[in-house]
Amino acid sequence: MSVALEKLPSQLREQRLKEVDQVILRHRDRPGALLTILTEIQDLFGYLPEATFKPVAQALGIPVSQIWGVATFYTLFNTRPRGRHMIRLCENAPCHIQGTVAVLEAIQRELGIAPGEDTQDGEWGLELVSCLGICGVAPALMIDDQVYGNVRPEAIPAILDSHR
Amino acid sequence: MKDQVRLTIDGREVRADRGSSILAAARDAGITIPTLCHHPDQRVKALCRICVVEVERSRTLQAACAFPIAEDMVVRTRSPAIREARRTVLELIIARHPLDCLQCARNLHCELQTLAERMGVREANFHRLDSSIELDTSSPSLVREPAKCIVCRRCVEACQEVQQVGVLFPMHRGADTVVGTAGDRGLLDAVCTMCGQCSLICPTGAITEQDHTRQVWEALGDPKRHVVVQTAPATRVTIGEEFGMEPGSIVTGKLVAALRRLGFDRVFDTDFTADLTILEEAHELLHRVKEGGVLPLITSCSPGWIKYVEHFFPQLLPHLSSCKSPQQMFGALAKTYYAERAGIDPADIHVVSIMPCTAKKFEAGRPEMTASGYADVDAVLTSRELGRMLREAGIDFADLPEEEYDLPLGISTGAAAIFGASGGVMEAALRTAYETITGSTLEVLDITAVRGLDGIKEAAIEAGGLVVKAAVGHGLGNARRLCELVAGGAADYHFIEIMGCPGGCIGGGGQPIPTTNAIRQRRIDAIYQVDRNMPIRKSHENQVVKTLYAEFLGHPLGEKSHQLLHTHYQPRERYPA
Repeated sequence: MSVALEKLPSQLREQRLKEVDQVILRHRDRPGALLTILTEIQDLFGYLPEATFKPVAQALGIPVSQIWGVATFYTLFNTRPRGRHMIRLCENAPCHIQGTVAVLEAIQRELGIAPGEDTQDGEWGLELVSCLGICGVAPALMIDDQVYGNVRPEAIPAILDSHR
Repeated sequence: MKDQVRLTIDGREVRADRGSSILAAARDAGITIPTLCHHPDQRVKALCRICVVEVERSRTLQAACAFPIAEDMVVRTRSPAIREARRTVLELIIARHPLDCLQCARNLHCELQTLAERMGVREANFHRLDSSIELDTSSPSLVREPAKCIVCRRCVEACQEVQQVGVLFPMHRGADTVVGTAGDRGLLDAVCTMCGQCSLICPTGAITEQDHTRQVWEALGDPKRHVVVQTAPATRVTIGEEFGMEPGSIVTGKLVAALRRLGFDRVFDTDFTADLTILEEAHELLHRVKEGGVLPLITSCSPGWIKYVEHFFPQLLPHLSSCKSPQQMFGALAKTYYAERAGIDPADIHVVSIMPCTAKKFEAGRPEMTASGYADVDAVLTSRELGRMLREAGIDFADLPEEEYDLPLGISTGAAAIFGASGGVMEAALRTAYETITGSTLEVLDITAVRGLDGIKEAAIEAGGLVVKAAVGHGLGNARRLCELVAGGAADYHFIEIMGCPGGCIGGGGQPIPTTNAIRQRRIDAIYQVDRNMPIRKSHENQVVKTLYAEFLGHPLGEKSHQLLHTHYQPRERYPA
């Protein structure tokens, strides 16, 4: 599980916030910088700590509410610490028809978590997402950056093991 | 003549300006198309799809609010398919909207309810999806009930673009979309100015004023309490709308009569302390000009503006006039000067304000507003709440006789009345400042350059060799522009008036619904008519204010004024934490 920024010792927290300042400095003058900045902040922390929104809002001259709006709009962004490995299972129509429900049941059997939840040990998080763009190989899922197509429920234990 | 196109709507030939929407062309032709997310002062949103129509050669139904007209276009606004589509849209909205209309603050004043009635919705064809999002009652000014939100985003435009405060924004997406705050905080913790423009523009009961009517009923029913009421300048030209009267109806005398019938022991007028504010503030301006004080001086009557500047431009706080707002000055005097004169223990006096404003509720609760040893103001009712109380009391407002305010705190001038419109405080202050500086009579009282709905207005008045440069801004988006000028050292004004709401208090967040810019203009016209009708139109000629200084306060900016009528401000965090 990614560690909540607020729970870090203050010195370490300051240090990590400096990394955020670097991210902001790199992108602030580009049009549409917000998405890039948030993506890189999430790469740093595994989620988007609220404490980083103030410097982003100041740099871009936008209200914090707009950052929250963007952060909650995209399922790829987490506004709280999530599992170390994120499983993103597509729930759109083609995947649904090709068996997403059975795949979801297999994941739940293995990990004991529902969509939106994380395992107790912080290793896994599960999220239902909209189209991953590979409907031709439905049902599809992603684990971290890796994409899986034609997923069968019985393949789930091996797929999960390959990330352990 | 503008470039026009010819099209057919419902079999009738119609001409309208090129670039118009089908909705606008139809309206001009007297054809009504239902709308819900649409608002005449806002951008086209095309979100709710209630306004769908058939356009020949178009594959699908089109949103009339967004679809531009073209030459020879053939439009139908009524057909079985259109009716079916609109009903489906409406039933889907209703399926996730609470059905507690009987208990809603917007009962009978709700655009969704009106539409359901007009379209004859009698059954629910969809499963209910009840929201579990909780009520937000954290703010002393406003209540948010997201379950009643239809996500039309009018409040978002008002908050983000008009006011540029940026509290409300759509969160999540698709069917889960809700209008919310940063981190889902209550409004109290969300850098909200409490201006209430969101509550003014909401089509449903998703954002409403905090209701203080119950505590006012209780005070009125308590024989031990001496309950006095003050009426804000703007309310005398708006309360009539709560009873179906035309916007711009001047109802000063009926308002007084109505309040007496409700049982208030004294009916006084915030206009009295508006005059007093002018005396204090004009002297503050002259003092700062003479002594090299911080300029420009910026007005402090509007509590939404005050909270805005505390959050967004705390470095400008030294520019603010230290004058309390007329509402608070009134309360402070009611519990001192009036209490002494009337021989009433101030502990027994209950001050109620009738205000065009939701932020006034927050202002009344500020801990520093207790210089007399008692809260200046005990309860604040918006125009809408007063409307509800009068209806509950069965008072037939339109048929009331005209009555006069009580003495002494009910006496005022035309200069005080125009506080209700953007530019009015400036105009009133300049009338007094001119005569104070020059010692001669100002011949033309109407300073029209500072009137009207332009976002930022400027004027320069020559008085005794000094050219007083003034600027007026209304709505917090315009306030921001002026603040940036001042903060950047690029403003050479002596005096700036800022009102938090577009149009000033006549367009305040607590005013009758609907409030549009067209309605604002009619209210503005009325408030200047009130001024013209007054025998005395300069604050420093208010005889009771003169008596007040002679008997009680001493002189403007004196020790007692300082203690009772002036205040201070506090920097606040700009980002919620």
